[in-house]
Order: sequence, then C-alpha cells, then structure tokens
Amino acid sequence: MDTQSLIRALSQDAAAGRARLDRRLALGFALAAGLAAIVWFVLLGPRPDIAEAAATLRFPFKFVVTLALVGSAALAWRAVARPGTPVAPAAALLLAAPVLLAAGVVAELFAVPEGARMARLIGTNSAVCLTFIPLIGALPLAVLIAALRNGAPTRPTLAGAFCGLAAGGLAATFYAAHCIDDSPLFVAVWYTIAIGMLTLAGALAGRLVLRW
Amino acid sequence: MLRAALSGDEQAYAAFLARVAALVRGVTRRNAGSGVEVEDVVQETLLAIHLKRHTWRTDAPVRPWIFAIARYKLVDSLRRRGRRVEVDIADYAETLAEPVEDAASPREVERALEQLPPGQRRVVSAVSVEGLSIGEAAAAFGMNETAVRVALHRGLSAIARGRR
Repeated sequence: MDTQSLIRALSQDAAAGRARLDRRLALGFALAAGLAAIVWFVLLGPRPDIAEAAATLRFPFKFVVTLALVGSAALAWRAVARPGTPVAPAAALLLAAPVLLAAGVVAELFAVPEGARMARLIGTNSAVCLTFIPLIGALPLAVLIAALRNGAPTRPTLAGAFCGLAAGGLAATFYAAHCIDDSPLFVAVWYTIAIGMLTLAGALAGRLVLRW
Repeated sequence: MLRAALSGDEQAYAAFLARVAALVRGVTRRNAGSGVEVEDVVQETLLAIHLKRHTWRTDAPVRPWIFAIARYKLVDSLRRRGRRVEVDIADYAETLAEPVEDAASPREVERALEQLPPGQRRVVSAVSVEGLSIGEAAAAFGMNETAVRVALHRGLSAIARGRR
C-alpha cells in the first residue's frame, strides 16, 4: 500500500470517536486512590491512637512527605502521557518529597540522642511496612498503568516508573495512618525501600505493556 | 490544520497527514542510515499519529508532538529490525535460501492488511487503495455507512497494533 492510499484511509476515519485523555487520566487516578483506600481499610485500618498522634509533630509530617510524593508523581505521570510534553519540570518536582524527608531526618538527628537513634530507625513495624506498602500499592499501580495506555508514552520504562512512584505514594499515605513508627529515620529507610519496590515493578511492567 | 481535522474536516486532515508524511520522510532519511525502509517508518508514524491524535493538546505546538511520535516509531522500528537481524544470524541457512526477501518485501502495512479479517480488509483496501469514500464503499458492499466506518476504524487500529 502506498502512503497516499494510507492517508486516504486515515482521513476517512477522521470522525472516529476520540478519547478525552485528561478525563481518563483523572478517572484512573481517582480509581487508584480509591482502591488504595479500600485495600488499606480492609487489611489494616487506622491506628487506634490516631487522634492523639495527629497532635504530635512527627505523625503529620509523614503525610507532608507522602503527599508531596503523590502530587509530584501524579504530575510527572500526566506529563509523560503526551508525546512532546517536556517531562523535566514535573520530574524536578519529584525532588520535593526526598528534600522534605531529608530535612526531617536532620531535625530528628538533632532531637534524638545518639543512643536512641538506631531504635527509632529499626522501629517495630519494618516488616509490616515492607509487606503492606507494596500490597496496598499493587492494584493502584495496575490501574495507573492501564490509564496511561490511553496516552502515548514515548518512554515506556520511565512512564512505568512514574506509575510506581505515584502508586507508592498513595500506598504510603494510607499506610502511614496505620503505622506507629513516626520517626523520619524509619520513614527514610523503610518507606523508601517499599516505594522503590513498587517503582521498580512499575518500570518493568511499563517496559512491557506501555509500548504502542 | 490538525485542529480543523480533529473536528472532523477530512480534507484538512488529509492535507495535514500529507505534510506530516513529507516531514517524517525527510527526518527519517537523514537519521535512519541504511537498512531502514523509510516509507515503512513514515506509514507507521502516520498510523500512530492517527490513533493517538487525542494526546495532542489543542493549545500546544504541534511539531514537538509530531517529532516525539516520529522518533519513538523510528527507534521502535530500528529495534525490531535489530531483533530480526539476530534471528537471521541464528537461522543462517534460511537467510541464504531467500536472499531477496528484504529488497522485494511489500510494505509492512500491506502485510498487516492481509492479516485482517475479510470484512475489515475489503473496507480498508477499498478506501485506501481504490480511493472510495465512505459512502461509495457502503454502496459497493451493501453496508450502511456506520458499519463501514466501524470496519475501517477497527481495521486501521488492528494494523497499527499488529505492527508493534
């Protein structure tokens, strides 16, 4: 078939229904967040002393960090759906969560005497954290990848990694409401590993299924 | 031009695609080196642009969008070509047996067209190769126009998908 013939066929198909990408992405994101909430509620639920915890400094700070990740990862995820849209500005915003967390870690190092630091870092929940953040994030990850298939990511692996980061951020946000380890030291180690697992899984999956 | 095309203006869309084809042809020729069927890349890019045209933001410049898709499709076809070469090396005897396969191969879209179910195939080839309009194709096959449109759209989508 010569190219002119192909163009004829394509132009005859001009009226075919077109997906509204922004709406599909928004729906996908809402669904991902909802699934994370449901899985969290069924498997874990909030910690019993959540009202008192909310009055402390460390507990709310966990949400500052995880929500910064959710927001920046969602923007990067949306940018990567459209070819030719620069990803760098959104990717730069991804530094927000790590920078905030690093500041928290420094503050914690000043606040906690040296002997007690290791206990805070190890915490009591690390195995639970490493199990449940990926578990809560798995379905949202799948939904975010599926939503992105409506777009046209020209860098499938990177796009998949953004899906993993966003899913990890959502999962960590809910998980943080369950976990009693509030020290930034704990968050910096275990949350990072757990979100990293989701990011890696997203990158591998993206490489496979986000091609078009 | 794409804006008009997206609101259903077929002539504007055809003109837009023709200009994209020329643009992509030029860029591909300069960047691809030998061994790439330039026209295959052009056609693949056109299909991709068609099926992903909703990913263009109507207030954004159109060229970066086109180039991003064209580059993605060029890299994709180089990658597939790389794999095919590996297969050929592993299966050297067969390569020797049919040395002209590459030079004489029909366009890849042609091959994908042949894989379609008969209903879609005849609609796609009537509209493309024979140049019928939707209405003429509908009359020729005794189908209604909506069915022709659906068959055309499904056929084109399948061609684009099958060539990943």
